[in-house]
Amino acid sequence: MSEIRSNIQTRRLRGVSVISLLSLVSLVFFGFTNAGKGTTTFGFVLNNEWVIIKEWVISAATGAKIFSVLALVASLVAAGAYRKKVKIIIPISVATFGIFMAFITWVAAGKFIPFTGLLQGALLLAVPLVFGSMSGLICERSGVINIAIEGQLLASAFVSGVVASLTHKTIWGLIVAPIAGAAISFLLATFAIKFSMDQVILGFVLNVLVIGLTDFLYKKLLVPYQDTWNTAPTFGHLEVPILSKIPLIGPIFFSQSIVVFIMYAIVAAITFALFKTKWGLRTRAIGEHPTAADTVGIDVNKLRFKNVMIAGLIAGVGGAYYTVGSVGAFGKEMTAGAGFIALAALIFGKWSPIGAVFAALLFGFADNLQSTLTIIGVSIPSEFMLMVPYIATIIAVTGLVGRVRAPAADGVPYLRGGAH
Amino acid sequence: MRNRLLRFGQAIKLPGLSFGLAFTLTGLIIALSDSRVLAKIGSPLEFVKSAGSLVGNSYLALFQGSIFDINLTKGHSFFQGFYPLSETIVTATPLILTGLSVALAFKSGLFNIGAQGQFIFGAIGASYVGFHFHLPIGIHIVAAAVAGMALAAIWGGVVGLLKAKTGAHEVILTIMMNYIAGYFILWILKTKSFLRPGRIDPIAPEVGLNARLPLLAGDNLRIHAGIFISLAAAVFVWWLLTKTTIGFKFRTVGANSQAAKTAGISVPFVVTVTMAICGALAGLGGAVHVLGSEHALNADIAGSFGFDAITVALLGRAQPVGTVFAALLFGALRAGGRTMQSSTGVPLDIVLVTQALIVLFIAAPTFVRYIFKLKKLNSAASLTSKGWNG
Repeated sequence: MSEIRSNIQTRRLRGVSVISLLSLVSLVFFGFTNAGKGTTTFGFVLNNEWVIIKEWVISAATGAKIFSVLALVASLVAAGAYRKKVKIIIPISVATFGIFMAFITWVAAGKFIPFTGLLQGALLLAVPLVFGSMSGLICERSGVINIAIEGQLLASAFVSGVVASLTHKTIWGLIVAPIAGAAISFLLATFAIKFSMDQVILGFVLNVLVIGLTDFLYKKLLVPYQDTWNTAPTFGHLEVPILSKIPLIGPIFFSQSIVVFIMYAIVAAITFALFKTKWGLRTRAIGEHPTAADTVGIDVNKLRFKNVMIAGLIAGVGGAYYTVGSVGAFGKEMTAGAGFIALAALIFGKWSPIGAVFAALLFGFADNLQSTLTIIGVSIPSEFMLMVPYIATIIAVTGLVGRVRAPAADGVPYLRGGAH
Repeated sequence: MRNRLLRFGQAIKLPGLSFGLAFTLTGLIIALSDSRVLAKIGSPLEFVKSAGSLVGNSYLALFQGSIFDINLTKGHSFFQGFYPLSETIVTATPLILTGLSVALAFKSGLFNIGAQGQFIFGAIGASYVGFHFHLPIGIHIVAAAVAGMALAAIWGGVVGLLKAKTGAHEVILTIMMNYIAGYFILWILKTKSFLRPGRIDPIAPEVGLNARLPLLAGDNLRIHAGIFISLAAAVFVWWLLTKTTIGFKFRTVGANSQAAKTAGISVPFVVTVTMAICGALAGLGGAVHVLGSEHALNADIAGSFGFDAITVALLGRAQPVGTVFAALLFGALRAGGRTMQSSTGVPLDIVLVTQALIVLFIAAPTFVRYIFKLKKLNSAASLTSKGWNG
């Protein structure tokens, strides 16, 4: 026990040291290297929401200093929390926010940052990641590793795009997408559970299969018969009355595609179901200690199969977001690795629904920051900006969260009698 | 003798059935996605006939594009008919090296998805030394290859080090490193030192003549000496794993890292060194690809060599010899797929499906046994990776 405790403290110390150092670097670098080089303008109005502040103009150097100092203060609070041996997650998050803001203020000197748009775009980019990580969450909490999220997203994006094009109805695209996700899940469940195949290898192979199949069908059908096969209509924006008028929050959360609202519902449902229902208790049991679950009469493999199928349905909705939920037409390999980022979000979020959602939002933010900064034209090469989400992932899985623990039986096929 | 034949039969049963199953399913997909075939669905006989002819022609094109094409001998020497085989070997040469990189990692219980990024750094290093310096013949090739290997070994070794120090999973790390490498090469090709004079598109200058691997069969065939490097690397990996102490440590960690730790083996050291060697192997793949057939670095230099490497290693059961054969097979599928695409209009991407299916069936012997209702099916100990807690 004391060893675990001291491990946690060691990790906290590492976290505090890293964040303090970064805050200091931020102050010196962002606060003093670009002094007096113009002002940064943050825009807060996006649609037709009520206006409190339209714009905020600040000298880049002053802004960077203010935010860096905020980060430094938060780091000190974190250090205090470390000495008291309590959780440091909140001050660390504040410090990270401060460094981020200092960076943005510094890099966008003399430019306009559409702040609300930046956050709204971040949420949009996070949508498939959230669905993907929820799919992974349900599988892995049940003890089945799901590397095939990418395949689930891609297959359902393809099917939903094609069906919506053929029927000219967005709703059909949304209805069939989960079925496509579940079809990949069926393969995953069958080979992993029934035939005890190694799950990491299996997931990888399923991704290759889906990439090959969609690339093939894309060239064979979607390109030559584009008018009938690849002109999916898209859902418009749904605006929640009143709520969508709230400054900042309204346009970000309540003026979105229907898929985003489904996402809220699914995240809430999973969080509740996993921790408050019989199904959730059983799911966690078969992921942590299947033998014990079996002893009390839970059919481990049956429940695993069922859960992997549910996970496929969820990932399928995320796939539909790529086509009917946003751009309509299917593009070759359009998921572009989102399934793997979703997997990283799941691990970064320590296999908890809320953690995974925050991680997904963070990745979405990094991604959108990159494109926003490229559009407004900052001096950093766009290739380096494009690396940011991936570097952030590496930092996340190595440094800040430290050693994460997957469900104990994750990836281990369950055979009665313990013969594995 | 009879006994040995029987045993041989047993041994090739699984791969044989897996290949058969994979090619059958691929054929079905090719036929059922073709509008001309589907148009005949009214009359079963015509339908089967047109489906059969399409699939037959596709597979014939696959063979002609990968082994031997009699049409190419017209007006040329008979030898020119083997142009497809040369293409197969040219494609397989880097694939053997990346495949070995993944295979070696498997042996130490690591799943190296990062061959793609390691390949890119190998190509960058080899290309830079190849075009920037002017060295005597022989030395230039070695210097360029070593530069590529060194960069890639660092790129791979970082993953091992991070895993060893922080416990982050190598699958996530290598996937992220691949993306970073992919953007890095896009950036570096735009820099002054890599941009070819007089060009604005992202392509580096060609490597010097002294840095090119010699062609093996005249100027008309692209086959180059890189294949010997690949085969030598396979022998090296075999020797490393079976004849050396460090190889023994690799395998012990791969089999059971807890036991290895108890036995006094430094697991972090093994993980770091393995990933560095894996990086060097994949990087050598990149170097050989640049020095042997491409000669100039471009943004798409890595193609899918790093990703195909995983299926190659899985198909080869992470054995050096198996990996060489698997790489030759996939090289053939790639080369043949190009001919198939141009002569029958069946998109090249279908070979990815075939690859995935073959590996799926090979890695799930219980499935093949179930499908064919076999009582007994020999399968060597199946490959496993380590879950997140491994």
